[in-house]
Amino acid sequence: MNAIAPLTTPAVSVDIEGVNLSYGDNHVLKTVDLAIRPGEFFAFLGPSGCGKTTLLRLIAGFNQADTGRVLIGGKDISGLPPWKRDVGMVFQSYALWPHMTVARNVAFGLEERGVGREEVKRRVAIALDLVGLGHLAERRPSQLSGGQQQRVAVARTVAVEPKVLLLDEPLSNLDAKMRVQVRRELRDLQQRLGLTTIFVTHDQEEANTICDRIAVMNDGMVQQVGTPMELYERPANLFVANFLGTANILDGHVVGAGAERHFAIDGGIRLPLSEDAIVPAGAKLVFRPQHAALTSPAALAGDGLALPCVVAHREFLGASVRYGVQVGETEVAVDMPFQSGRDLHEIGAQATVTLSPHALIWLSD
Amino acid sequence: MTAIPTATLPRARRLSATPGQIALALAIAAFLLLFLGLPVGTVLYVAFTEKGTSNFTLVNFYDFVRTELFMRSLWNSFYVSAMSVVWASVFALPLAYLTTRFVFRGAMLVQTLGFLPLIMPPFVGAVAMQLFFGRNGSINLLLDDWFGFKIGFMEGLNGVIFVQSVHYFPFILINLSAALRNIDRAMEEAAQNLGSSGFRLFRRIVFPLALPGYLAGASLVFVKVFDDLATPLLLNVKDMLAPQAYLRVTSIGIADPMGYVISVVLIVASVVAMWLSALALKGRDYATTQRGGGGLARRTMTRGEAILGYGVVILILALVLAPHLGLLLLSFATIWSFSPLPDAFTTAHYARVFGESSIYIKNTLIYASIAGGIDIVLGVAIAYLVLRTKLIGREWLDWAASAALAIPGVVLGIGYLRTFYGITLPDGTPLASLWITIVLALAIRRLPYALRACYAALQQISVSLEEAAENLGATKARTVRRIVVPLMAGGILAGFVTSFSTAAVELSATLMLVQSNSDAPLAYGLYVFMQSAAGRGPGAALGVVAVLLVALCTFLSHLIIERSQKAKGMGH
Repeated sequence: MNAIAPLTTPAVSVDIEGVNLSYGDNHVLKTVDLAIRPGEFFAFLGPSGCGKTTLLRLIAGFNQADTGRVLIGGKDISGLPPWKRDVGMVFQSYALWPHMTVARNVAFGLEERGVGREEVKRRVAIALDLVGLGHLAERRPSQLSGGQQQRVAVARTVAVEPKVLLLDEPLSNLDAKMRVQVRRELRDLQQRLGLTTIFVTHDQEEANTICDRIAVMNDGMVQQVGTPMELYERPANLFVANFLGTANILDGHVVGAGAERHFAIDGGIRLPLSEDAIVPAGAKLVFRPQHAALTSPAALAGDGLALPCVVAHREFLGASVRYGVQVGETEVAVDMPFQSGRDLHEIGAQATVTLSPHALIWLSD
Repeated sequence: MTAIPTATLPRARRLSATPGQIALALAIAAFLLLFLGLPVGTVLYVAFTEKGTSNFTLVNFYDFVRTELFMRSLWNSFYVSAMSVVWASVFALPLAYLTTRFVFRGAMLVQTLGFLPLIMPPFVGAVAMQLFFGRNGSINLLLDDWFGFKIGFMEGLNGVIFVQSVHYFPFILINLSAALRNIDRAMEEAAQNLGSSGFRLFRRIVFPLALPGYLAGASLVFVKVFDDLATPLLLNVKDMLAPQAYLRVTSIGIADPMGYVISVVLIVASVVAMWLSALALKGRDYATTQRGGGGLARRTMTRGEAILGYGVVILILALVLAPHLGLLLLSFATIWSFSPLPDAFTTAHYARVFGESSIYIKNTLIYASIAGGIDIVLGVAIAYLVLRTKLIGREWLDWAASAALAIPGVVLGIGYLRTFYGITLPDGTPLASLWITIVLALAIRRLPYALRACYAALQQISVSLEEAAENLGATKARTVRRIVVPLMAGGILAGFVTSFSTAAVELSATLMLVQSNSDAPLAYGLYVFMQSAAGRGPGAALGVVAVLLVALCTFLSHLIIERSQKAKGMGH
């Protein structure tokens, strides 16, 4: 590997405080607050139109907030134009200038900063070596593959040693195989440089695999911030539960009290509740497919909870079999490990979904 | 995998196309050879052979170089073309920049009005420009009254440069605006993100990315001006190349070799200019907008900028509209001489145009329609052969049809005269004197435009749409008729209108080929009228008719294309 020195200056934090942004009547960002720690690989994750790219462009200075401010390393940069912010952005389309060679593209930012000719040459070579493209310096962007273009875009941005690195869906224009490779390279690069990095994506797998922490966004609001595992295990609301992985959601309401207390699921099925279970008002029952088991109707789990169901679908996924079963009015997904020789549940058969009380999450919108 | 023995394949499989396609290609090739290759070849042959014998010689070119008049004409043509590019750029640059980079009220209006000059032949504008900017035109009369001096806008070569740059600047405006609009906003943002702004950003990123568009427009202007015959003639400038070629052939005769030598020089100049621009554009297709990327960011202007900006735009638009306004005034004027505005107004000129001179209009409609029809039939056929078959040598058809772009109208006219004068009908009339010759020349001249339109239309159609038809049992020919042509309809219509409207006002080739007044199209009639002071009124009226005709066609086709695209759900 190339000996690239980590940052000479310490990594900085990025703070977003009370940011609101509207395009006419369209309220795109609604009082967004985020604290991104120095050296962190941070993701804005959400469906398209959730405001994540708008927020990224706000940090880069291409959007202006109506209220609130953006601080980098504790300094308010809200009033600065894009060219004075020193935050490097890798564009979704890469935005490589077609009239310049790879080397000229990478040299651009250094030249704009008045770096001497010899020094520019040296740093362009370092930046291109960093992404393993030193041998393609004299090519035009159009002569490179998508993956190579992406790496040139990264080299061009890190060559100026920005305080913060912004990545706008950097993997979306790559094929599936390249995506896995490039995301590892990005993670390695970020680790080596120790650069505070913000990554915008709509793909939860991308965010989960390379980011330290994720802000899940929807409808212009931050829904939850946390490590990938925290978000998966303890989603703050139904949106987060649904957006990260598959979640089964059962609608219903709490009936009765004491030992008689139970959750009446729409469609007439009752789920007894233990006395210590805390169910917020209006909450729905959420569980992951792999936290449930499907058994024959007769079998009853020890301390488990049992829901009668009918098998509607069966998909063989290799290591596991995913059943779609009808519980009351709702279809629920249940994953069972695949073991050869074991009988599978047939479509149309009666069965029982058994749940461990620990696996239950109560969430509202 | 099962291997199919090649020997059992039907024989037709090994041919590069179906017999029908081969026959079609051969027919097109024959047409192009006869009406483009042969006339141009004849011009080249005469220029390079000794008069009277058929021995190869360069003596004609030696004569050309030795004659002071010809060398001066060559220089003048070059000078006028280059200066027209400079002035056209001066008009086009601010308009393009203002309308694409700023939030600018009336940007659409500017872009649309910018097209206006193109719907009128430049020589028609020349007369109107004389009235406003000539030695005794409105502006100079007023200047003389108020300040006691005159400006020689229209003196000699300056007049040609002035008229041509006002007429042709839209070519630069259109290409440059498109280039500016096609720059992805991320291109600019990436530079800003790396610390660039203001004029440095423009110089290093925006300008280089828009340069190919500018060059494409500029080279087109250069070639058009270099080839134009009627404008210098009407402004009484004779020492330029195209007028010299015309004058040699019409005054000395079609046997004189100098007209052919000049033609060769004109062709070489066209080809070199196009070749240079192609060279400069090679590998520089910078259209960088991504889906949903949008063009460059538009800025709101400060108050001062706005005043300056609108001032520049209004001034340029006034210039652009001057020929049209002048023409309109002239067409209603009784006498307009030595006064800023006409003395009185009348509709008599229109009565004359629609009365005794309506033959011009009728001829134009017939000629331009047939020429446009030929062009789209050839255009669709060539586009289909090139894009959808594996016929060997299919690119040659495309190449040959596009080569007409490099042949100036006057050269094609001379070639037709020489080639088809010798061929006579049974009753003794030479082929060259039949009106159909004019139509064929027009069709050849405008074929490249129609071909580009058809090409673009066919490229947008997914091959799978045709494969689906074939899969459901349609033959190649029926697929073309039922699927390809209906889907191409918008593009075909656009091609037809471009051919039709440019053929309707074409003069360079027509001037050579019109033998009798009764066969003359509108542009020829205009030219004849405009040459005498008394004919200016009816000439202007005819000019207004021509402008309205072309404008109406363009507008109608625009409507139809828009509607059909909406119906197909292809609109935005």
